[in-house]
Amino acid sequence: MNMIKPINLLLTAVLLSSPVMAQTPEERGLEIAKEAKQRDLGWGDMQADMLMVLRNKQGEESVREIRLKSLEQENDGDKSLSVFDKPRDVKGTAFLSFSHPVGADDQWLYLPALKRVKRIASRNKSGPFMGSEFAFEDLSSFEIEKYSYKFIQDEACEAGQCFVVDQYPVDKNSGYTRRVVWMDHEEYRIWKVEFYDRKNSLLKTLTFSGYQQYLDKYWRADLQQMTNHQNGKSTDLKWGNYQFRVGLSDKDFNKNSLKRAR
Amino acid sequence: MDMRVLSISLAALLMIPVSQAEEVYFEFSGKASGELRGYLEEGQFQDQDYHIASSVAIEPELFWELNNGSDTVTFTPFYRLDQHDEERTHGDIRELSWIHVGDDWELRTGLRKVFWGVTEFNHLVDVINQTDAVEDSDGEDKLGQPMVNLSLVRDWGIVDLFVLPGFRERSFAGSEGRLRTGLIVDTDQARYQSDDEEQHIDTAIRWSQSFDLYDVGLYWFSGTNRDPRFETGLKNGNPVLIPVYEQIDQIGFDGQATIDSWLWKLELLWRDTPTEQYSAMQAGVEYTFYGIRDSAADVGLLVEYGWDERGEDASSVSQNDLFIGSRITLNDAASTEFLAGVGYDLDYQSKSLFMEASSRFGDNWKLSLDARIFDAEDANDPMVNIEQDDLVQLTAEYFY
Repeated sequence: MNMIKPINLLLTAVLLSSPVMAQTPEERGLEIAKEAKQRDLGWGDMQADMLMVLRNKQGEESVREIRLKSLEQENDGDKSLSVFDKPRDVKGTAFLSFSHPVGADDQWLYLPALKRVKRIASRNKSGPFMGSEFAFEDLSSFEIEKYSYKFIQDEACEAGQCFVVDQYPVDKNSGYTRRVVWMDHEEYRIWKVEFYDRKNSLLKTLTFSGYQQYLDKYWRADLQQMTNHQNGKSTDLKWGNYQFRVGLSDKDFNKNSLKRAR
Repeated sequence: MDMRVLSISLAALLMIPVSQAEEVYFEFSGKASGELRGYLEEGQFQDQDYHIASSVAIEPELFWELNNGSDTVTFTPFYRLDQHDEERTHGDIRELSWIHVGDDWELRTGLRKVFWGVTEFNHLVDVINQTDAVEDSDGEDKLGQPMVNLSLVRDWGIVDLFVLPGFRERSFAGSEGRLRTGLIVDTDQARYQSDDEEQHIDTAIRWSQSFDLYDVGLYWFSGTNRDPRFETGLKNGNPVLIPVYEQIDQIGFDGQATIDSWLWKLELLWRDTPTEQYSAMQAGVEYTFYGIRDSAADVGLLVEYGWDERGEDASSVSQNDLFIGSRITLNDAASTEFLAGVGYDLDYQSKSLFMEASSRFGDNWKLSLDARIFDAEDANDPMVNIEQDDLVQLTAEYFY
């Protein structure tokens, strides 16, 4: 009857059968990010211990100990509560964060000496976390909307073959022009991230090791090592006591739970 | 310490049911500190003829967690030994409390500290605890307040109900102490409006909620005024000031808008005492520049204004005062911070300057260097009493 319809169908069939040809590097990069996010959905709630070892140029070490609780939110960023055990002078200090894919996160800090809860500005994404080489933005939950993407190439890596993808932060307050992420084909686990500063020079490299699978689905690294190439400092972030689905709910993430977190 | 208060607290603690099977988690921590104050001049009053004052303090904390975290008990005694001032040599139980956590409620019983408010230079609406005024002139040190506090978490906010059995008198410097009024405050002769005196049971209710960028709180307090007024009297034939604690009703509001790098802060107070009704306000803004010159350092600027309807008759020191300050945070591994500011009294044209610097040394030590300078000329200005008490203070704190 009408010649346009069959042609449309034909075109669609061609496009579907050869996605590689039709996809731009940007679309491919986004697709990989979406798949990685999709595979990590549904973990519910978790808690874990963080041990940070800060090392300066002379190799002198100082230690941070933090306990973390996290709650997955549908259609929003995660809620998290962190409590500091070390250094001793900030023991009992606690941090409550409601992260959002777009826009500012809601953040409160509890100062135990004054028993004071302070709402704090979350604009400072690029600032160092507790004097470490991790910035606040390096520790926040991954959300698709936080970056635009560009697939670069496939490359051999520790876990066989890896996607190499450029991620460009959407937030103008990010400390980076881009991150280059190495993610394996099999499980979509991140093995390496390179961070480029606002002048697009290589600033830091983060490597992941000791991956373990939880609930037969979710992969978490035991060790993340961040090296700053510009100041010669490094920070090791060691994770321990990972526990998933311990029964946390919204009531564990409010100002009352922040005050008694310790 | 009032024995009745102590016995109520202990009774509450002993009532905690402990299921035998559960493990009791215990933790011991705390801090010890030493401070050295150098006054730039000798004091203007008798017995204040010294420049150097040293002091040590301890504040251990014992913590128990039972029933899988549903019940916690905290005990935090405090003791300070001061070289000159026998009133500053004092002890307190900062906390001796039991917290029981239910599904959407918490019951907090015992001696505790509660902070309300958002501003930095003055804590106008912070009412639950009495100020431990001999500790520091910033009013941030508090005495443990006996309380039963039921906290309810609802979708529309958190509601806190307080019954406060027992009142804590404010501490005041003795004759050998600096940073005091010309006449000594004789706390032994404290007077009360209520026949129940310090046994009066105070009550308070507070609602607080976060709406997107806005955090607000509103409360009503009824009971013994934490701020005494003073009458003159005699002790051993010498004139002294006698603190008088009246019964008041008070409504307080605190709100903060957190917008990008701006924090907008407002505290409002309405107080009804037997002799007067008045309003007061502390309002201000804080702006932070992040990552100065591509470094990790942040620089914050703070401006606040304090106002009291009673003007120069106000008992508060922030009746028509402008405050400007800056906070520099290096965000280094040692958490180095600098805070400096000036308070300017627009009625009396007096100024107070302060500087604070602190840094961590090793894993357990923190050193702070503080300076305070007072400049007042008007004889009616309360600050004239401490005009010669400019000081530099070095504090070493050991955390364990």
